[in-house]
Amino acid sequence: MQIFADALRDGIAAFSQGTIDVWGIVWTSLQTSGTAVFFSLFLGIPAGFFLGTRRFVGRRLLITIANTGMGLPPVAVGLIVAMTLSRRGPLGDLDLLYTRPAMVMAQVIIALPIVAAVTAAAVGAVPREVRLQARSLGASRIHEAILTLAEARLGLVAAVAAGFGQIISEVGAVTMVGGNLEGSTRVMTTAIVQFTRMGKYGPALALSAVLLGLIFLVNVLLAAGQHSADRFERT
Amino acid sequence: MDAATLTATGIRKSYRGRMVLDVDRLELAPGRTLALLGPSGSGKSTLLSILGLLERADEGTVELDGRAVTHRDRDARMVMAAAFQRPYLFKGTVGENVAYGLKLRGVGGTAASTRVAAALERVGLGGWEANSALTLSGGEAQRVALARALVLQPRVLLLDEPLASLDPLLKWRLTREFARILGETGTTTFYVTHDQDEAQVIADDVAVMNAGRIIAHGRVEDVFGLPADEWTAAFLGMEPALSGIVAESEDGVARVDCDGIDVYAVSGVPVGAEVLVAVRPEDVTLFEARALLPPSSARNRIEAVVVELTHSGATYRVVVEAGRVRMAARVSRQAVTDLRLETGVGVTAVFKATAVRVAARGVPGGV
Amino acid sequence: MTDRTRLPVFRALLASVLGLAVVFSLTACASQPDAATDAPGGEAGEPATEPTRVILASTTSTQDSGLFDDLIPAFEAAYPEYAVEVIAVGTGEALEMGRNKDADVLLVHAKADEETFVAEGFGTERRDVCYNDFVFVGAEGDPAGVGAAVDLNAAMTAIASGEAAYVSRGDDSGTHKKEKKLFESAGIEPAGDWYLVSGQGMGETLKIASEKQGYTLSDRATYLSMLEALDLAIVREGDEGLLNQYGVIPVTDARNPDGARAFMEWVTSAEGQAVIGAYGVETFGAPLFFPNAE
Repeated sequence: MQIFADALRDGIAAFSQGTIDVWGIVWTSLQTSGTAVFFSLFLGIPAGFFLGTRRFVGRRLLITIANTGMGLPPVAVGLIVAMTLSRRGPLGDLDLLYTRPAMVMAQVIIALPIVAAVTAAAVGAVPREVRLQARSLGASRIHEAILTLAEARLGLVAAVAAGFGQIISEVGAVTMVGGNLEGSTRVMTTAIVQFTRMGKYGPALALSAVLLGLIFLVNVLLAAGQHSADRFERT
Repeated sequence: MDAATLTATGIRKSYRGRMVLDVDRLELAPGRTLALLGPSGSGKSTLLSILGLLERADEGTVELDGRAVTHRDRDARMVMAAAFQRPYLFKGTVGENVAYGLKLRGVGGTAASTRVAAALERVGLGGWEANSALTLSGGEAQRVALARALVLQPRVLLLDEPLASLDPLLKWRLTREFARILGETGTTTFYVTHDQDEAQVIADDVAVMNAGRIIAHGRVEDVFGLPADEWTAAFLGMEPALSGIVAESEDGVARVDCDGIDVYAVSGVPVGAEVLVAVRPEDVTLFEARALLPPSSARNRIEAVVVELTHSGATYRVVVEAGRVRMAARVSRQAVTDLRLETGVGVTAVFKATAVRVAARGVPGGV
Repeated sequence: MTDRTRLPVFRALLASVLGLAVVFSLTACASQPDAATDAPGGEAGEPATEPTRVILASTTSTQDSGLFDDLIPAFEAAYPEYAVEVIAVGTGEALEMGRNKDADVLLVHAKADEETFVAEGFGTERRDVCYNDFVFVGAEGDPAGVGAAVDLNAAMTAIASGEAAYVSRGDDSGTHKKEKKLFESAGIEPAGDWYLVSGQGMGETLKIASEKQGYTLSDRATYLSMLEALDLAIVREGDEGLLNQYGVIPVTDARNPDGARAFMEWVTSAEGQAVIGAYGVETFGAPLFFPNAE
């Protein structure tokens, strides 16, 4: 256990002396993952709502695709995005590889199917009759959708948690498309990998602790949100 | 608000190539409650969805006060409200649930809370606004669902078996409460049910549906009194209906010859008319065969033989046969013991002339 | 005959199990031809066991160059009792692995650190193995004029002009240390928008430099092996200060000290040196590593 104690002491020292811009790294992580979660929800919730509530030809196939997307290997996503954005790739002119937008793109692709699939499952569990009931009281399609999402909010919180948890702790894809560049695309996970590779177990361990704490914090907040949503649940 | 007239004409709807609804015409008269009776799967709920502009018909038109309306017509939808078999309360409080439709109509603040309070008061849940909607009992939830619809002061109220999932005692109490409330509000109401007792208490008019078609439609007393055909009679519990010819008519009492058995009925049907005759099993009393009967107004006394005995709750349904005529009686368990009823035992079936319903054959709605 | 036909499945199964057993015993014999007769002590007379694991910690740049694809099989052919596992990390982590005794032998290229490592007692000794050289690569056309500079110091100043990006590995690797030394001797503290720090291996860093059309310092081997994937050209090479010496260090009290020693002896032997000197000739038309063991 000595190795952990030593490492942690080194890490805390490195943080407090400011030799490693830990808050810059944490902030970059939060910014990119936060933006990615926002876009995944923005696109994934309507998509999931559509999949979960409408009956149409090919729906089963799309749900299967979304569920497959939940298991989409992030490194494969990273590879495809990196190839697409590279100078020789189809979107090379955008000069986006090794930038934050590229990271957000990869993260959105990783999180989107998760958000869509979890949303679809959540709204699919809301009885069709709830929408019929709302409609019978004068609700428009939008009102119906809002009500359904409100009824499924526990599931939506799960969608946020699943999406955020997946991308904040993902390393393969963000390394490939972000490049771990100091001060711009270096996030917690890529920094942890780098410090480990450099033998700097201290900062790596300390940063892991920060990452763990952050995920814990987010889950606590979401659990609190879930609890307040749960207030009126049947027990 | 003035009561509305809702008319459906030529409504057709099919699912996967199977015709589930084929209604030529159905009218909800202003301020009256129309009960739609029919067995499960007969298309009642689909018709309610179409009338309520919740679902589109393949063909046909729905008119509100003579104006054709569709599910896209939000103004028309805004003057309607519905409650269903399961209350489907939304997450939140009772108050939030009742206020849902008001919010959609832009009614908020004190105006909303006053109306919510009044609606809850009306369904006997005054002051329940802050309670969680999802911890209510079945009866409470159903009353909230009714309040949620009533609070909108709809011109058309649609209720789809709102009491079907409740236990019998509560159901009976709420049936009377609903009848009172609907009577008070004077709203045009469409009430789907498969329970004729409920229909008779709540409705002014009744329509009977089978396999997607309306097979009887009229005032409650007419439809229940004069079944349109043998199926309706059976559905309304008058099985089996007898067919016969009016042999004699005197002082408003007709003697109907049903295959050699005389049935006396209070009816103005002319002599020679071919008619259907039905008696509700509840109206038939059984006595020992050739018993010395006390004098009574019961004009019909038919010697018959028990051919079928079925247990049904606290009572027995006994089918008796006289010649080629069959009829059913509902008797108590005690009577079965006392009369030693079993297949082959002879009995005297007694019923009043006023209990006999007569319908001219092929003329739905009666005389 | 009836017996035979009654249990065909069982017989087939038995036959294949026996077959497998024969194959296994043959394999065992092959790796140990004279076990029964030879006196103990000789190389070929080691006890009959599975090959033991030798963990070689080396750098990603060495791994990326492809040298190990030739070197390790040649060593294992010479010493069948050992199976080498290569862990490719940065020089920093390789040394750290040695300190933690997670590796048996190191093959790295940061001479000063290696000597410290041995002086501190973490390694038994250090021997030169070979060298390769570093090259400056950058966008075609060399916008900052790195190649035209009179000497390395002038070249570093040209890079620091900020005309184009410079991607540093920033991972305490041998290459990174070389870069730091070069900036230092030119009296430059690299910082600014032009100075990007990848914190990653040589391959990744080259790809980033290619995407950003910036400069970077690379070992020749990695650059050549990735040539096709990069839009980068060599802009400066051949300076004395760009040489890169590799050393081998058996770790003190390693788990497999014999294997570690055997590996050191072999890579510095004539046989091992020949393999190193030949590597790359076929693929790139020129050797990538120049053996210089004493």
